[in-house]
Amino acid sequence: MDVKLNELGAWLGGRDFTPNGILSAIRRGHDRYYNKYINVKKGGIGGVAMLLVGYVAISYLWEYDHIKHDRWRKYH
Amino acid sequence: MMLSFFDQFMSPTYLGIPLIALALSLPWVLYPKPTPRWLNNRLITLQGWFINRFTQQIFQPLSLGGHKWAALLASLMLFLITLNMLGLLPYTFTPTTQLSLNMAFAVPLWLATVIIGMRNQPTHALGHLLPEGTPTLLMPVLIIIETISLFIRPLALGVRLTANLTAGHLLIQLIATAAFVLLPLMPTVAILTAVLLFLLTLLEVAVAMIQAYVFVLLLSLYLQENV
Repeated sequence: MDVKLNELGAWLGGRDFTPNGILSAIRRGHDRYYNKYINVKKGGIGGVAMLLVGYVAISYLWEYDHIKHDRWRKYH
Repeated sequence: MMLSFFDQFMSPTYLGIPLIALALSLPWVLYPKPTPRWLNNRLITLQGWFINRFTQQIFQPLSLGGHKWAALLASLMLFLITLNMLGLLPYTFTPTTQLSLNMAFAVPLWLATVIIGMRNQPTHALGHLLPEGTPTLLMPVLIIIETISLFIRPLALGVRLTANLTAGHLLIQLIATAAFVLLPLMPTVAILTAVLLFLLTLLEVAVAMIQAYVFVLLLSLYLQENV
């Protein structure tokens, strides 16, 4: 990205946070990822695999509060 | 203690959003739209091949009236198979373990096939309630039995999918817990249990695919009778 760290606050303030803006941001992000990793001539398993690993990581974060009770539980 | 094993079927919320929302929207992300180019990328080629084969297989025995259902059944199959397979990844949530979701798929689609049959060809549709060649004395009993079996179809569709997936997930969790707990005590038995776990996971992959297929296949059969 071409935004310097000390300019981060100003950059964030100027972004479009309306629902349309968020949707178009998601769209652009998706297109960037898709065209870089999946829509290539000899795309391998990596493109989809990275997505799935990200999904697993997000699921873990989502469930962390629920799972942390299982850590040193004596009876499962 | 017992409650913990079933905790995996409760959709946890984070910032007020349940994980099921993410799990339900993921299959949409994984299947890109085919471009009008002649040669697409590998993912789209695979996806197109799979959908083609599947649609051909399911709709071959169906008459032309049933072909209107092609888009619906193909997308249903894709959705179910993706949800099932994604649920096998660690820490993920499988929406198809929820009976509410499966009944929401089964009941409207089954009801649609019945209503289509009753509207377009009521005699033929009602004729299905009595198989050919039954002895005269058995006819009343058999009609009652066939009616009950007709009404139990959506229940069976929904519960079959739910029960298979839930049982599979529970088994995986139980055997994994057993292997983990046995490891310091009896390493050999723990290794055997780990092998069992591996085989079970392979089975679960197969069950995930098969269950989705069976769901859609049965729906197409009900459609075949009625269209």
